[in-house]
Amino acid sequence: MSQPFPFSAIVGQAAMKQAMVLTAIDPGIGGVLVFGDRGTGKSTAVRALAALLPEITAVEGCPVNSARIEDVPEWAGLKSGKMIKRPTPVIDLPLGATEDRVVGALDIERALTRGEKAFEPGLLARANRGYLYIDEVNLLEDHIVDLLLDVAQSGQNVVEREGLSIRHAARFVLVGSGNPEEGELRPQLLDRFGLSVEVASPRDVETRVEVMRRRDAYENDNAAFMKKWRAKDMALRKQIMAARTALPALKTPGAVLHDCAALCIALGSDGLRGELTLLRAARAIAAFDGADTVTRGHLKQVASSALGHRLRRDPLDEAGSASRVARVVEETLP
Amino acid sequence: MSDPLTPWQRAELALAVLAVDPAGVKGLWLRARSSAVRDRVTQALPVARRIHPGVDDTALFGGVDLAATLAAGRLVSSAGLLASTAPVILTMAERCPQGLSARLSRWLDEAGPCLIALDEGAEPEEGLPSGLADRLGLFLDLTEVGYSDSQAIALSPQAIATARARLATTTLPKTALESLTTVAAAMGIASLRAPMLALAVARALAAWRGQDQASDDTLRHAAELTLAHRGDLPPQVEENEGPPPPPEPPDAPEQDAQDQSQQDRLPDDILLEAIRAALPADLLARLAAGKAARSAKGSGSGAARKGNHRGRPLPSRPGTPGSGKRIDLVASLRAAAPWQPLRRRSVDATRLEIRQSDLRLKRYQETSDRVLIFAVDASGSSALARLGEAKGAVELLLAQAYARRDHVALIAFRGTAAELMLPPTRSLVQTKRRLASLPGGGGTPLAAGLQMAFELAGQTKARGMTPTVALLTDGRGNIALDGSANREMAEADSLKLARALRATGIPALVIDIATRPQPALNRLAEVLNAPYLPLPRADAQRLSAALQAALGD
Repeated sequence: MSQPFPFSAIVGQAAMKQAMVLTAIDPGIGGVLVFGDRGTGKSTAVRALAALLPEITAVEGCPVNSARIEDVPEWAGLKSGKMIKRPTPVIDLPLGATEDRVVGALDIERALTRGEKAFEPGLLARANRGYLYIDEVNLLEDHIVDLLLDVAQSGQNVVEREGLSIRHAARFVLVGSGNPEEGELRPQLLDRFGLSVEVASPRDVETRVEVMRRRDAYENDNAAFMKKWRAKDMALRKQIMAARTALPALKTPGAVLHDCAALCIALGSDGLRGELTLLRAARAIAAFDGADTVTRGHLKQVASSALGHRLRRDPLDEAGSASRVARVVEETLP
Repeated sequence: MSDPLTPWQRAELALAVLAVDPAGVKGLWLRARSSAVRDRVTQALPVARRIHPGVDDTALFGGVDLAATLAAGRLVSSAGLLASTAPVILTMAERCPQGLSARLSRWLDEAGPCLIALDEGAEPEEGLPSGLADRLGLFLDLTEVGYSDSQAIALSPQAIATARARLATTTLPKTALESLTTVAAAMGIASLRAPMLALAVARALAAWRGQDQASDDTLRHAAELTLAHRGDLPPQVEENEGPPPPPEPPDAPEQDAQDQSQQDRLPDDILLEAIRAALPADLLARLAAGKAARSAKGSGSGAARKGNHRGRPLPSRPGTPGSGKRIDLVASLRAAAPWQPLRRRSVDATRLEIRQSDLRLKRYQETSDRVLIFAVDASGSSALARLGEAKGAVELLLAQAYARRDHVALIAFRGTAAELMLPPTRSLVQTKRRLASLPGGGGTPLAAGLQMAFELAGQTKARGMTPTVALLTDGRGNIALDGSANREMAEADSLKLARALRATGIPALVIDIATRPQPALNRLAEVLNAPYLPLPRADAQRLSAALQAALGD
């Protein structure tokens, strides 16, 4: 089974799918955090996304997937400027990955065997222009989190160690998933994610049976199943591409900006990143819908995922942040 | 309905299923202490490679074979255990760290592999990490099985081969998917992996039994093997020890809608009952305890840890790089230097001759600082006699903290709100000045004090310190969180906050400084899971001594 489960075949989980599609339209939104129980299709969705995304054009053999030959870092030592198409990288960052593997390090083998000082690129290099997926992100070790924060902020990976001084582009969409029962995420990292969604297992039996039926078909009747859903995936990909093209021309009326600000003030979210992400997400969803102007309706659609994780945590509020956002949205934007 | 399976029959079936379709059922979680009974099971397991919880990345994913590389003078890499999909046995699975669990889970999500986890957990809190437990199809608990109940298991290779050949053509009844899903939902199993795995097990079991289509019994047994241990509840089991009571029909309206298909469909409650019968009486309680213990572990920051990435450098020592260990180049070269003339003579080479034994690894030590957060009641009721003592105790502790790298923070609550008098510090001078100017009087906003302690503890924890909260009060909280003078609301608020504080796993300590011990404070301490120290007649020295004793050093 080389083909991952098709994205369109995932039953329900609309919020998660919407958030992922939005980052595909506008990577500047800055990542998705998916929190929820085990076995709710978090990993499946991320891997499906990889297959859904359009290919990127990159310099052949470039360790950081550069789009132009002049962007290829010197240390890669590439001569030819041949361009190839390759799938959008979706890189897994396993828990317990060492700093060396994440940022890259001195190539010890080459240093020892040939006496050369060479740089061995890490996961951040491979994730450039693509996605970096961290399963169980809330269990990630603190020093790796610090590294990620820095790189996600600057879009540059700077390595200063073992006599190496190297920098390369590392712009990626951070996708994290985890189970909040097993540990909380630091607020600093939380803030770096543009969107956050909470997923839960479907409660009604009908939906669950449908999930099982599709999964069963995927495993036991793969060819027919993939054929059936491939078309839908392709249609979705086309829609994403169209939205990307339409995004720059999209009009944003002043009233919508005003709504954004009013909403964030009412929620008391820290900093201005909330407003900015909210607006970007609203623009992306407007483009996805084929609209030519962003409206209040678009804002409402994305408010909960763009702002839910930016509220000050209230230990006494058991209702959860999603419902708090929904309440405030109802009050501020009638 | 036939009798439920005995534990040993279940073990035999599980092994057969595992042999027939290892890739489909993904694996087995075997919970048993090392014993003759367990040996009988493990002997019948498929041939597999063994890993232990301390296994490093190089062994799992492959990497550079250092000895060979250095000897050959060119890059020689070795393949990792997880490069192929052959079965792997994880021994001592109850000690499996989260990192390894995540990596194995990732590997299991691909097609093909199969993992057998030998869990020797003795306590209910010990067990397989939940991510792995969710992915393994089969579960066996041999703790209740005596040696006389067991027999040697011999699975004939012939039978396995026949079953495997039959597997592709074995079908399940049309309703199987639906009923297994319904049962899983009725048992409160949130994960959708469970019914998927149950289907795979049912198929393998049918193939093993030579059925073209899985029979009702087969489905029932498959549900027993895969779903029984996952359920969050069925509450009946815990309440009644006797024969299983008739369970409630799950989803009555749904059944109405499908009445006509009811005839050819295995009723869900029979499946449910089969699962109930398969459960040892206290299994659910034990697993629930395990779940609670795991979820209470917190974010993993702040506590002491062995860091080999940062902190104060220690002398490097010999070893093999990999799994987060970084090579210390200078030390390695220094170790290799004296041998160069000798080695050049024997190998006749001009390059640097480095052997694996020369390699040195960097080591760091990181200590996690402790923060003592004092939440001191400065209200009118306690101000008269006690405040001075509290101040004295804080000062004394601070003097000792200087030597022990402890930080101290001070929160005072009086009037209608709490105030952070002193952010975490080790400065004696500053503390003395702030303490001297701490005023007293007003109401007792106990809840506000707790809230600020809670927030401060969270902040310090995020900064990598280990907070401990010491609450000094006379317990008459009379101001609610919103500042209103409502004794009942104040009480409710403080209990709520105490629960929130406990959920974070931050240790706490309640010191009662009222002239007479307050039962309300004892209750609060219980909610906080904190030691309760009534100190009706304490001076600063005694207070400090009591704190020291409660904090364990």
